[in-house]
Amino acid sequence: MTTNLVVVGAGMASGRALEHLFEAAPGQFNVTLFGAEPRGNYNRIMLSPVLAGEKTFDEIITHDADWYAEHGVNCRFGETVTAIDRERKVVTSVKGETPYDKLLIATGSAPFIIPIAGKDLPGVMAFRDLDDVNRMTTAAAKPNARAVVIGGGLLGLEAAAALRMRGMEVVVLHLMGHLMERQLDPAAGYLLQRELESRGIKVHCKAQTKAILGEDKVDAVLLDDGTVYDADIVVMAVGIRPETRIATDAGLQIERGILVDDQMRTSDPDILAIGECVEHQGAVYGLVAPLYKMAEVAAQTLTGATAAFRPVQTATQLKVTGVSVYSAGDFAEGDDREEIVLRDASAGVYKRLVLQENRIIGAVMYGETADGPWFFDMLRQGTDIADMRDTLVFGQAYQGGSPLDPMAAVAALPDEAEICGCNGICKSKITGAIAEKGLTSLDEVRAHTKASASCGTCTGLVEQLLSLSLGDEYNPAAVQPMCPCTDLGHDEVRRLIVAKQLKSVPAVMQELEWTTSCGCAKCRPALNYYLVATWPGEYVDDNQSRFINERVHANIQKDGTYSVVPRMFGGITTPNELRAIADVADKFAIPTVKVTGGQRIDLLGVKKHDLPAVWADLNAAGMVSGAAYAKGLRTVKTCVGSDWCRFGTQDSTGLGIRIEKFMWGAWTPAKVKMAVSGCPRNCAEATCKDVGVICVDSGYDIVFAGAAGLDIKGTQALCHANSEDETIEIIAALVQLYLEQGRYLERIYKWTDRVGIDSIKAAIVDDLAKRRHYYERFVYSQEFAQVDPWEERVNGKDAHEFAAMAELNMVAAE
Amino acid sequence: MGNWVDIGAVNDIPLRGARCVNTPSGKIGIFRTLDDRVFALRDHCPHKGGPLSQGIVHGASVTCPLHNWVISLETGEALGADEGQVGTIPVQVENGRILMATAALAVAAE
Ligand code: SRM
Ligand SMILES: Cc1cc2nc3c(=O)[nH]c(=O)nc-3n(C[C@H](O)[C@H](O)[C@H](O)COP(=O)(O)OP(=O)(O)OC[C@H]3O[C@@H](n4cnc5c(N)ncnc54)[C@H](O)[C@@H]3O)c2cc1C
Ligand code: SF4
Ligand code: FES
Repeated sequence: MTTNLVVVGAGMASGRALEHLFEAAPGQFNVTLFGAEPRGNYNRIMLSPVLAGEKTFDEIITHDADWYAEHGVNCRFGETVTAIDRERKVVTSVKGETPYDKLLIATGSAPFIIPIAGKDLPGVMAFRDLDDVNRMTTAAAKPNARAVVIGGGLLGLEAAAALRMRGMEVVVLHLMGHLMERQLDPAAGYLLQRELESRGIKVHCKAQTKAILGEDKVDAVLLDDGTVYDADIVVMAVGIRPETRIATDAGLQIERGILVDDQMRTSDPDILAIGECVEHQGAVYGLVAPLYKMAEVAAQTLTGATAAFRPVQTATQLKVTGVSVYSAGDFAEGDDREEIVLRDASAGVYKRLVLQENRIIGAVMYGETADGPWFFDMLRQGTDIADMRDTLVFGQAYQGGSPLDPMAAVAALPDEAEICGCNGICKSKITGAIAEKGLTSLDEVRAHTKASASCGTCTGLVEQLLSLSLGDEYNPAAVQPMCPCTDLGHDEVRRLIVAKQLKSVPAVMQELEWTTSCGCAKCRPALNYYLVATWPGEYVDDNQSRFINERVHANIQKDGTYSVVPRMFGGITTPNELRAIADVADKFAIPTVKVTGGQRIDLLGVKKHDLPAVWADLNAAGMVSGAAYAKGLRTVKTCVGSDWCRFGTQDSTGLGIRIEKFMWGAWTPAKVKMAVSGCPRNCAEATCKDVGVICVDSGYDIVFAGAAGLDIKGTQALCHANSEDETIEIIAALVQLYLEQGRYLERIYKWTDRVGIDSIKAAIVDDLAKRRHYYERFVYSQEFAQVDPWEERVNGKDAHEFAAMAELNMVAAE
Repeated sequence: MGNWVDIGAVNDIPLRGARCVNTPSGKIGIFRTLDDRVFALRDHCPHKGGPLSQGIVHGASVTCPLHNWVISLETGEALGADEGQVGTIPVQVENGRILMATAALAVAAE
């Protein structure tokens, strides 16, 4: 006989409970799952990296439609439960009544909104669910947008750091004297504040918010002391309150949360409750570790097994890339307590252990937190630390004489040491699963044990356990490293350049622990490109990291001479330009003059030392470099179009010239070729280019992701535009997206295959605000990119490149 | 080895870069590494004669600009799977000036 189980709230606690339930008693429960959010269960913790742009929402979904289908869950997402009738055992939602045998309430909490004037203005938001994240990213897409975050706790700071990474001006208002005062002492709070300020976040402590100002949307925030901060959005992250409304209405016993016993039963034995909405022995919880325990107990209670929930101690970590903070237990000062403090100012490290009768009762760490779990383990075990007191604060590696390497330290951990705090998974459970189930990858360990599947901060430990167990068989390189100088892949490096604000090749190599002194011919050009693309206007190009062609702005030939290709915008030239080219060829005895496949003229066989003089003459006739060597825009081929052709529908030549004039100079991951044809006969071959435009009567069809070199690929349709301006905006936005996402040397068609055409369309076609945002970023970086490199060198830049260092006439012959 | 000839200042060469010296027996590439050591090789890749002085300098090696062979600046040997060697010419640095052993040129030229 199956039991009808109705679950209210499709969040992290109920999701975990269902997993246990389906495992323990498959087929025994007929589950109806209500969720106020229009989506199933996802890893809410990871909303911070999603907001920061480090992860996508798809990556944090815990249960997808297949999972629900497989377990026969009747999903009622987007449907809030408004009442519980305990007499008749039914719940009410907009769509009517649903009967239950057993009811599980897991409604989580509601963000606390401070009751001040202006709190309901559009632009005021909380940070709790995906909709909040979407609201914030939309706001951040506007250039120079400003955010005020109220609340300098965990959530507020993760929001602030993420919004800053998205380019917003961010102010954090915090009521107390230092940040995260519930988890950090003033010293660690100070270090954290300094770090955030160095990222350009303004932190205002002891800030009493008086009102949010604005007429029909947020304009600013006013403090008691009269300070006003302008704001486009206000994020309230001042705390949460258990969501108990339907339980209260149903007459269940409530204090701060819904009261439950050790078996997770409420005052009505057919109704269980778990998660942030409950109160157990006077405690309410706001971190997942205890909630997961509750989920386990509730599943057992439902299947008739006996289990009991016990109060759980929690440790806190802040998930801001590049910031390490760890805190656990009680760290207040007191007469009966002693403390051990370690500071390393130059390394920005601070550690403080609070002891009572030779036992750790609290730990606060900043800057270096690897030993957090070790201290926390002793804290919970009540380990007597008298014997290692002198070296305790240096961490586990220093116990027993010589420092251990990290691998040996993990090997030395006892079997019961907790590795994954969120899921309460100890070492032996992981190593056991690896051995029994033959697991070989991080993903498999996550799937079988859940270790590192929640907040992810223990990923490194889990990987070390994998390599300890498997030795050389463990191959973490699911990602292809950039080159032998690093284990990191291209995407990881790019992400870290942004996250850690790395702004030079040596900084990247230092921070990301390159294994060679100055890289190799593979990684250096890639890093240089990523830095140029990430920090336009700020980054100083590293010429020595460029391939010779880009270093001297000409193409090297097999005999060591160079070729010179001036731009002919849209393939149009003039008698004057042709005359200048002819004169240059004569004057410098250039052996070959060739018409290229890109609608322009190539001068081949120029001697290196002649290059600046050749360029000077071409510049004088108004020509600039055609960048025939560049990972950048090469040519925009055009056909004659409506000016002359009897079939032409639009001015394809004019549009091609506009595009080329607008886009030349930009550095891209690989070369970019474009074309504009005046009608679908497509004489400019637009359908095999990186980006093509085919003019039609009603406007412009934009196609992209074609190629006709090593691979032949027809383009795919991007969208239709109605005007030249719109066409240019779309193409520039597309190229900017590619510029930010493409791996070095990855052409547009390969990038498209990798990230998926849908994600590109979502950003460039469907979302006008995003398109605008990318377009504006492109325009901004062009300010610095559109400098003719020939002219610079004619004026003396890099002169050392073009002259021998010495001429030796005599050779001492023996 | 003798006949040391001053061919210029160390600072004439960019760090992780190279310059050329023209001699009657061909071009010589003069390389400067990140840790400020100076080397000289005949500017002629053992593969197909590519101008090594135009390559990317990393560690104590240079990657040829034509087909990416990696050549040791210390020995002139091709590294990795490739086989071949290019002549090296002794150089020394004194007071920031680079001196090249011209006596070696004739030998290296053959
Ligand atoms: C000059 C030109 C041939 C010609 O005489 O017509 C040419 C010459 C070279 N091509 Fe090309 N390609 C030329 C048009 C093309 C075209 C046709 C086009 O653009 O309409 C293609 C096929 C279209 C495409 O790219 O999808 C083409 C596909 C390639 C490829 C294969 C690229 C690929 O991703 O599949 C390479 C190799 C590479 O880039 O790594 C290449 C590389 C080269 C290089 C740069 C080889 C090199 O690394 O030294 C040649 C340099 C010659 C020089 O010194 O100027 N060239 N090359 C054409 C210059 C166009 C221009 O004005 O800029
Ligand atoms: C940005 C962010 C970062 C975090 N970081 C961490 C971290 O690093 N570590 C950590 O341990 N914890 C973290 N947390 C806290 C953690 O996410 C929560 O503790 C956990 O999600 C609570 O689980 P829950 O199931 O009780 O509630 P929730 O996951 O909130 O699920 C409750 C669900 O019930 C729905 N609901 C409410 N009322 C009704 C109703 N009447 N009818 C239908 N549905 C309803 C809600 O819409 C919600 O979807 C973070 C939280 C946030 C927001
Ligand atoms: S076929 Fe179309 S695009 Fe080509 S030249 Fe003729 S009209 Fe112009
Ligand atoms: S000529 Fe040097 S690698 Fe081919």
